[in-house]
Amino acid sequence: MTKIVVVTSGKGGVGKTTTSAALATGLAQRGHKTTVIDFDVGLRNLDLIMGCERRVVYDLVNVINGDANLKQGLIKDKRVEDLFILPASQTRDKDALTLEGVEKVLEGLKDMGMEYIICDSPAGIEKGALTAAYFADEAVVVTNPEVSSVRDSDRILGILSSKTRKAELGEGDIPASLLLTRYSPERVERGEMLSVEDVKDILAIDLLGVIPESQAVLNASNSGAPVILDSESDAGKAYEDAVARFLGEQRPHRFLTANKKGLFGRLFGAQ
Amino acid sequence: MTVAFEEKAVLEFKGRMLMMTVLLLKDLDPNTLHRQISLRLDDAAQWLRDAPVVVDLAHPEDTDQVGLMAAVDTLRGLGVNLVALARNEHLDSDTAAMLGLGSISLAGGRDVPRSAEPAPAAQAEQPAEPGHTLVIDQPVRSGQQIYSRGDLIVLAPVSTGAELLAEGHIHVYNTLRGRALAGVRGDQSARIFCQKLDAELVSIAGIYRVAEDLPDQHRKQAVHITLDGDAMRFADLK
Repeated sequence: MTKIVVVTSGKGGVGKTTTSAALATGLAQRGHKTTVIDFDVGLRNLDLIMGCERRVVYDLVNVINGDANLKQGLIKDKRVEDLFILPASQTRDKDALTLEGVEKVLEGLKDMGMEYIICDSPAGIEKGALTAAYFADEAVVVTNPEVSSVRDSDRILGILSSKTRKAELGEGDIPASLLLTRYSPERVERGEMLSVEDVKDILAIDLLGVIPESQAVLNASNSGAPVILDSESDAGKAYEDAVARFLGEQRPHRFLTANKKGLFGRLFGAQ
Repeated sequence: MTVAFEEKAVLEFKGRMLMMTVLLLKDLDPNTLHRQISLRLDDAAQWLRDAPVVVDLAHPEDTDQVGLMAAVDTLRGLGVNLVALARNEHLDSDTAAMLGLGSISLAGGRDVPRSAEPAPAAQAEQPAEPGHTLVIDQPVRSGQQIYSRGDLIVLAPVSTGAELLAEGHIHVYNTLRGRALAGVRGDQSARIFCQKLDAELVSIAGIYRVAEDLPDQHRKQAVHITLDGDAMRFADLK
């Protein structure tokens, strides 16, 4: 049974691609055969985050158009077994993504025995985002703790409740959960950011995880290794937790409170 | 020395939100129009007869003025309360004036579902359709709009950027962050109830207050809002 998951947000730059990469990698690390697809046609990024940009030959649009078959388009990850990447096209425009074409690709991946297909949605609420979400069985909504991001996520939740295939077939809303990224407990304490509780209250959906604002995320992007592979980092651990919760484990939320500097820290200003 | 005379103001500008019905004509043949409009008016509630109607044309580019005049006459003859013609590049305010209508741009407005004819099954079950209460138990998200011909009850949060419209009362048993417009057909006795008031706008029968003007002591509190003449009254809901 294949589960199609859309990672979406409405707003850009909140961490969709970082999350898609981490979620897909985490699932594959646990032995689930997973493909992550970049739907951001024209603004291809996922291959960079996954560190496979030098191995891209064909892309999603090539596969849809039949220029290449699915096996040729898929890039196998070198670090994690059972992980595949289908990059976006840098040169085509978004109109190249047709629902029929995407459906064909998803069916092909199902036939290959994928357990999870992670769809990395482009920002916005236009055709690209709707196409990425259309076939989803479940949604992960990535939000930053600030009002505009929360409002855009709310908008996308409204759209998900009417514009997916399940909704159109009258099978109801697809389950959606919240992943709060770039969370800084210190800034929440200073009142500069919304708290987890505020965001949960506004969006009224389950909390999948809280990823702390972290240098590790930037390092990971720059080095082309999903942050979840950096298992010593706070963000890596937080994504690990999120993957576990995604698979149904109960884990307490971490990184929600500011680190209190100890006496020495205060005296000497040590890190 | 100059003496300033203060003239008593004889006018006052008021902001008021009004609901209008847009009648989209796809064909101007007077006979067809007469037959179909008569049928609709026979079925429709009184509100459709009284509602101010803006005429919009589906194909303004190939509309001749004579045909348009005939159609407007037909509608007027059936008692439709025509107030304006939708403006576009083919139909300017001169054309509207010639027909004795105002000219309105529909570009800024928003559509509200307005079915004059409820689904046959629903009609059979609920003959009192106009007063029917609509109950929503899912969150109303930003960009979503809910319209109730009667009362509207929402059991989940209403987000900023969402809009509730009801011809009767509005009840929100959760946080109201979006807009709530009760009595949109002019019922001044309509009320708004909510568990936690954090609205962008509340309105009863066209009288409204925006977030900035909400009374501070009622913010984020359970409130009950009523209309007293032109003034909105806020009371604790305890």
